[in-house]
Amino acid sequence: MDGSSLYAGGFRNAPVDAAHAFRAAMTAMARPGDIRPITGAEPPAPLSVAAGTLLLTLCDPETRVHLAGAADRPEVRQWLSFHTGAPLCGADEADFALGTWADLMPLSRYRIGTPEYPDRSATLIVECDALANTGAVLSGPGIRDTARLSLPDLGVLQGNAMLYPLGCDFFFTCGDRVAALPRSTTIGAEG
Amino acid sequence: MTEQAYNFAYLDEQTKRMIRRAILKALAVPGYQVPFASREMPMPYGWGTGGVQVSAATLTPEDRLKVIDQGADDTTNAVSIRKFFERTAGVATTEATQEATVIQTRHRIPEAELTEDQILVYQVPIPEPLRFLEPRETETRKMHSLQEYGLMHVKLYEDISQHGAISTAYAYPVRVAGRYVMDPSPIPKFDNPKMEMAAIQLFGAGREQRIYAVPPHTRVVSLDFEDYPFEATRADHVCDLCGAADSYLDEVIMDDAGGRMFVCSDTDYCHTRREAVA
Repeated sequence: MDGSSLYAGGFRNAPVDAAHAFRAAMTAMARPGDIRPITGAEPPAPLSVAAGTLLLTLCDPETRVHLAGAADRPEVRQWLSFHTGAPLCGADEADFALGTWADLMPLSRYRIGTPEYPDRSATLIVECDALANTGAVLSGPGIRDTARLSLPDLGVLQGNAMLYPLGCDFFFTCGDRVAALPRSTTIGAEG
Repeated sequence: MTEQAYNFAYLDEQTKRMIRRAILKALAVPGYQVPFASREMPMPYGWGTGGVQVSAATLTPEDRLKVIDQGADDTTNAVSIRKFFERTAGVATTEATQEATVIQTRHRIPEAELTEDQILVYQVPIPEPLRFLEPRETETRKMHSLQEYGLMHVKLYEDISQHGAISTAYAYPVRVAGRYVMDPSPIPKFDNPKMEMAAIQLFGAGREQRIYAVPPHTRVVSLDFEDYPFEATRADHVCDLCGAADSYLDEVIMDDAGGRMFVCSDTDYCHTRREAVA
């Protein structure tokens, strides 16, 4: 690979870029269905800007990251290691997992937390071809009445919500935009 | 001017990432207390070290910060934390509730309704609502996991049997999104109904190393009984300065002869009302 791209593509001003990125990620997680711009990183292909920025904002040597399918390339591994120092791991140990929905599945591989510590669960960063406020009807904490979000697989995500307060949490990324789906959200079919 | 010797908002980036991960999990499980590796801050425990760490991990340079202590912008705790972030983050500050994007608070929710664009950060002394009923952390964890909250209702019942009413006046326990019982920090129970708000609410307990959160529009129910429903009480007076009959009041002793006055605890609310009249 080109040596320069391994070192390039990080935050230009780490504290400020990370603060902006985290605000976007936090707002998305607090308001399921909201789609927010998130930029700062320029990760190697096939990672989106949003997914790369999330990794730089949240991952470091204390978090284990699982790269699924097409995302598990030498360029991505080296870029992630250089910029975050995060150790790579299998799906069953991951704090964060990144890939397309098809590559990330099955969901049962990921940690869902324990009854005493439901926070010890994986956060999945799902790369999407499209991200829009259409499709599944969301309700619950963070949503005034209802919200809509294009979700990849209603059945699997509804099953995850049934585990509440256990379960995985999701970021959906597309280009430089991010949306989130915490386990607390009730998911209804398109109506 | 920002103190260049420090990283933006004082904390190092790895610490902020750790806090940020805790905040995200806290938002995903509303009312659940996420453990975090609380740092030593340049202020003593009890002065808002938890709130300060949450604010530091949340602030961006464009934010406008307001800090209140018991509703007041001009008390020692509020002034020192505001100055701390002016120096280490270079953020703008304000005393006007509506102008602030991030509000750090000790023991009050502002009277003015908060909006979607705002974040309310609470300083929390004891995050565990069951702690005075059950001192063992292993047990309270288990009680939360099993939703074993009967003990809390016994406590409220004992209030009624001793005083004829639920006498718990602050840190009144709430149930968040129908699941976790949560300590809303020592806010007066007058503020409890305001917790169903449009803003994001984050809670930081520095000494106890816990972060928890309530996302916008989340159902927050104060625990009570059918025959003894929750009441958001306030002193039966109007503010002696601005005449407000709907705000939470502080009682101020004026002299040795029993003289007293009641004033709004929210200084910005009181000030704004008096400005409007003048």
